[in-house]
Amino acid sequence: MTDSQISRSGPSVVENHLAEPGQGPTLPVEPEESGRWSAALREIVAGNIVLSVLSVVLALVAGAVLIAATNDDVQESAGYFFARPGDMVMAILSSVGGAYSALFQGAVYNFRRPDFFDAIRPLTDTLTYATPLIAGGLGVALAFRVGLFNIGGRGQMLVAAAAAGWIAFSWDLPFGVHMLVALIAGVTAGAIWGGVVGLLKARTGAHEVIVTIMLNYVAFYLISYLLRTPVLGTPGSNNPKSPASKETAVFFELLGSKYNLHFGFIIVIAATVFVWWLLNRSSMGFRFRAVGENPAAARVAGINVNRVYVAAMLFSGGLLGLAGVNQVLGTTTSGFGAGVDAGIGFDAITVALLGRSRPWGVFVAGILFGAFKAGGFSMQAAEGVPIDIVVVVQSLIVLFIAAPPLVRAIFRIPAPLERTARPRKKAVAQ
Amino acid sequence: MTDTAQRTPAAPHKDINTGPVQRSWKAPIALGVFALLAVILFMGFGRAGESTLTLSARADSIQLVPLVLPTLATCYIIAAVLVAIAVAATLMVRRGTRVPLWLTTVFSILLLLGFLVWASAGANLPIPGLLAGSLGLAVPLIFGALGGVISERVGVVNIAIEGQLLAGAFSSALVASVTGSPIIGLVAAMVSGVLVSFVLAAFAIKYVVDQVIVGVVLNVLVSGLTGFLFSQLLSPNSDALNSPPRFNEIAIPLLSEIPIIGHVFFRQTLIVYLMYLAVACVYVGLFHTKWGLRLRAVGEHPQAADTVGINVGSTRFWNVSLAGAIAGLGGAFFTLGSVGAFGKDMTAGAGFIALAAVIFGRWDPIRATLAALLFGFASNLQGVLNIIGSPVPSEFMLMLPYLVTIFAVAGLVGKSRPPAASGKPYIKS
Repeated sequence: MTDSQISRSGPSVVENHLAEPGQGPTLPVEPEESGRWSAALREIVAGNIVLSVLSVVLALVAGAVLIAATNDDVQESAGYFFARPGDMVMAILSSVGGAYSALFQGAVYNFRRPDFFDAIRPLTDTLTYATPLIAGGLGVALAFRVGLFNIGGRGQMLVAAAAAGWIAFSWDLPFGVHMLVALIAGVTAGAIWGGVVGLLKARTGAHEVIVTIMLNYVAFYLISYLLRTPVLGTPGSNNPKSPASKETAVFFELLGSKYNLHFGFIIVIAATVFVWWLLNRSSMGFRFRAVGENPAAARVAGINVNRVYVAAMLFSGGLLGLAGVNQVLGTTTSGFGAGVDAGIGFDAITVALLGRSRPWGVFVAGILFGAFKAGGFSMQAAEGVPIDIVVVVQSLIVLFIAAPPLVRAIFRIPAPLERTARPRKKAVAQ
Repeated sequence: MTDTAQRTPAAPHKDINTGPVQRSWKAPIALGVFALLAVILFMGFGRAGESTLTLSARADSIQLVPLVLPTLATCYIIAAVLVAIAVAATLMVRRGTRVPLWLTTVFSILLLLGFLVWASAGANLPIPGLLAGSLGLAVPLIFGALGGVISERVGVVNIAIEGQLLAGAFSSALVASVTGSPIIGLVAAMVSGVLVSFVLAAFAIKYVVDQVIVGVVLNVLVSGLTGFLFSQLLSPNSDALNSPPRFNEIAIPLLSEIPIIGHVFFRQTLIVYLMYLAVACVYVGLFHTKWGLRLRAVGEHPQAADTVGINVGSTRFWNVSLAGAIAGLGGAFFTLGSVGAFGKDMTAGAGFIALAAVIFGRWDPIRATLAALLFGFASNLQGVLNIIGSPVPSEFMLMLPYLVTIFAVAGLVGKSRPPAASGKPYIKS
């Protein structure tokens, strides 16, 4: 994991795996399992985990500066700073401490509740918020690994939510089957919406960034229109909102009615395993990564690059579709509007970046962002700090993690011995 | 290397076509599809009555008589011509010649005219108002697209246009409110656009972080930062901090008296005139000056540029900063030119549309400007048609520009070729 490895095609694991045979002479041939463990160990020793933690700390410090600087008490006490500097220090500590403890209590564990099962509730909220973020992040990450940039999460989520929502409120099916049918319909709709992009890129060379952006708007207006008509809208209501999903289709609660965590989380874990298997263990995944690394070389090697683009966008759209399904069957089951995507299509990009386009990385990043989201709401409610601060902290984390030299320079950590960095950089320059 | 626009696929294709037959059927297919749509719309859903197209605004000194057209007959004629053009294009491709650009242009204009006539049956469509509104919506897109063109031509992918626009809008509103001078607000917008660019350039060039990542993250960062400051500072004190003075319209003598377009183009605010200047400067600068040659060399082949003594890193850094300044100006238009006060996430994806204009315009400033104008026109058309009561649901009208873009990108533009080294960091070996 070197600095320059966070490339668009998604980094490291692929490269390490692909590169290892090349380094064969110097490395003893290890069975794969232990190779992975030693790689993990090396990663920790080389300070990557430490750097990630430090990035989070740095971002939180930057957030603290913002919170303190815009706090009324702090500003007031700054007026007489030289008379009583202690006041300002106290004001800063109370504003920042209050905000971050509210964030923690809203995201992980609420000390104020007497009962453990009440107190742990925020953690389950975090997982609930994380669910669509992970699904969407996986979709974006998968496209990244093939060298495609899928900004079309919003559109893919919307059509998926509409398809799943339509089945959920208008069909009558037994419990379980109903959910499954709605899930499949939604994922399929998302996959088709994404697959169109891959098809257009493969057949006509249309740039996927343009097409996905445009399809976002098309989906938005299409769904807005349908919500005004009886197809998706509630009959006899002027509000452009669909009827509520039927009980038989809704994701059931995992931990009882006290917690919001629902079956979607299990599906998302399964999706993460699937994407991991797809990318790292299947021959299609190998083609995906090969195209992501170098489409020209992949073509020479006999890989049908166009077919890979279509397949990758189908999978990517399907995963974002899963995020959309999760919205209508898990989060807003009381009927959805045209804003049902809740910006997750764009958040997913940051999640994928933070997870470095690796399935389990995305999983962890999704939970972290879910925690920020859950905590952000309670921070806004308790301390009056706008939830936008969470967005700032999140984006700073990604920025810092993407630039290890910067973090090292700030904390004066010596750079690790350059292992693979130099040859790689040369290879890029050539 | 005098004109890079000439080096886009058009030129080499001709040579290939003289050899073994390699015809591109994309253009006739696209034209055919649109002609078919026109026939279905104009004839299948023909509308009776007369369409009135008003050509003069009330303030114009030269008043033109409104154009009154019989809707059905006009639509039939236009549909027939469109079909004829599509057939002609098919024949041309069969004979092995390319469909000339002017034919596509005529086709598009006729299609548009036919649609306007069809939609305004029994109503009055004010053309100058339509154009003026389109220009207003297009101005930030054009600034953003120019910033994108410069940045990508020098080899740094600029997804952060949205962030630059938003930062420009925010700081221009804040600074202009505090100082009371829109000019200083304009400068502040440029400065904040440059600051966003500094981060982009520093991470992309110094730390060799993937440029798409930095761009996306910067958008989020600026959105969060401006949203946070807006909620914490601007909205509680909106009188003092968020009520900037706006630019006044300046009418250019003589030019503003030209019928139809004079009022639209030459009775505008300072920012719009700056936009004309920026388009001209970027075009001339890119293709006819030493600066532009170096810039493009760095973006196309940094190693070659380095070999002849151009400092790749600093060329990229300063040109990306310049791009940020231009995009920041576009942000100022949101607050000082049109709306007035800053609102949370007020750019609403304009930066992404500008990015689409860059790619649609094939990284050429003039074409990108035209693409941005097209987007502005399409979004405004929806608003105008909504007011005069068009038969199409407004959502479909709103969808139209995006669908047209997809069709155009897939069918007419084809494989767009970015500057060769765009998005690739350069590390001196």
